[in-house]
Amino acid sequence: MEPQPGDLPQGLEIFMSILFFSIPFVVLLFAYITGKITEKRHYASIHEREGHWLSIPATTGKQLPDLTTVASADLVVGSVVVSVDHFKRFLSKFRMVFGGEMKSYSSVIDRGRREAILRMKESSPEADLFLNCRLETSSVSKGKGKVVGCAEVLAYATAVRFQRTAE
Amino acid sequence: MTLTNLESVPGQSIVEHYGLVQGSTIRAKHVGRDLMAGLKNIVGGELKGYTELMREARQQATDRMVEQAGELGANAIINIRYTTTSVSQGAAEMLAYGTAVRCQ
Repeated sequence: MEPQPGDLPQGLEIFMSILFFSIPFVVLLFAYITGKITEKRHYASIHEREGHWLSIPATTGKQLPDLTTVASADLVVGSVVVSVDHFKRFLSKFRMVFGGEMKSYSSVIDRGRREAILRMKESSPEADLFLNCRLETSSVSKGKGKVVGCAEVLAYATAVRFQRTAE
Repeated sequence: MTLTNLESVPGQSIVEHYGLVQGSTIRAKHVGRDLMAGLKNIVGGELKGYTELMREARQQATDRMVEQAGELGANAIINIRYTTTSVSQGAAEMLAYGTAVRCQ
């Protein structure tokens, strides 16, 4: 067949179709790489900040330690909305066939939960103790079908500051 | 107004109970934020727009609860709980409730 004027040369046409069909894979690869990098960075920052806050614990208990008098008590809240990346979502489709733990999803929620607790602590830097800490997770938007959209993690507690005795 | 999720205000004693107070709000996401979140969904991680939205909603629910307690003449709210429910696709209800008390 004679090539019509305005048709693409055959080589370019093949190249274009390869490009077109490889887009989903490129997106997947991009999501995998960026997802890995952000997760690594986030965990590094979480570990560092958790070390910093280690001496000021958040407990689920309601009892104050003995021999302390309270100077102030106030509600503190920390929250974060997290979502899984495209690659993990892609993996989860296989997991839904075989069943079992979704490790890729649990790491995302784990990050969110620890981040929420850290934000809660950071909102009250002068506290000595966080009493009655509660965690709550809710899905903000549901994705198409069974796929998770994004989830909100909320942490709240009562920040207590002790009375300092004059020394 | 003292807010706490403990059953009493530490260091103070409760002199009067006013019963349950609550505040709630239902928020929808706007299209721009939804679009950005859609893009962010590819990469994963925190969706800052949504975090901000939820924080605003929670603040409003808390403010409404505090307002209600103020009308009753309370000076503290104890045992506060938060719950979130997704009412429909793209809209979430935020509820804050607690017990209004007067303490000293």
